[in-house]
Amino acid sequence: MQLALFIIFGLLAVAGAINFLLQRHPINSALSLVVVMMSLAVLYWSLGAEFLAAAQVIVYSGAIMVLFVFVVMLLNAGEEERTHGSRAAYFAGIPGAAAVFCLLSFVFLTNSKAFGSTDITSHLTHAVNNIAEISQVLFKDLLLPFEVTSILILVAILGAVVLARKEQ
Amino acid sequence: MTVPISYYLVLAAVLFSIGAASFLIKRNIITIFMSIELMLNAVNLTFVAFAHMWHQITGQIFVFFVMVVAAAEAAVGLAIIIAIFRTRQTLNVDQVNLLKN
Repeated sequence: MQLALFIIFGLLAVAGAINFLLQRHPINSALSLVVVMMSLAVLYWSLGAEFLAAAQVIVYSGAIMVLFVFVVMLLNAGEEERTHGSRAAYFAGIPGAAAVFCLLSFVFLTNSKAFGSTDITSHLTHAVNNIAEISQVLFKDLLLPFEVTSILILVAILGAVVLARKEQ
Repeated sequence: MTVPISYYLVLAAVLFSIGAASFLIKRNIITIFMSIELMLNAVNLTFVAFAHMWHQITGQIFVFFVMVVAAAEAAVGLAIIIAIFRTRQTLNVDQVNLLKN
């Protein structure tokens, strides 16, 4: 059951990411990135992180990607054109990313036994514990960093307003 | 049926390298920004997988903070993109060469 869930949504995430890479128009890239984030939310849920699955859908697919789509439509961005620099990046970028992937997956697969495996049924029996635990840590031990994030968001909003304002 | 944690980590590696490749290949400044978000998501998946592996909640807290910082970064970055577009009338990174020479 969980293996089928992983395969379906893992393949959906990879397909969305490859579609993101291949599309030329920014709005198509943004929409395929939404597919990636939605399937990642399902994978978070299958790892027993229900709060993060909800936060992923609300924050990433709901807020950040809407902001991206809004800016793409505001600036009326068309298809990107190929330039001389993009050809050099193409020949350097694909092998570099493939090398990073080979190194990472080699390390992960050789230590596969040490990592163990996941089972969703043990989590579903006490599913409420996840959110309770997170709120315990977040509002007790990490209360100061949690409050500092609100200042960070406030400063970011003010900075965005100042930067995007029309010059008088 | 159980899934090995390393499968989740390999999936995160796939997503991270696709994000890194599109960061290098794409010429549109908005798409480059979106590939940064893709790489952040891949790292978040490894955080959640390791949190599940060690039965610790700390990894999930880290993912929460990464999400907050990504939201703030997206707001400021898109404002900077709008400001650049207003002065240069382009979104192509090859034509933004103000600091060259």
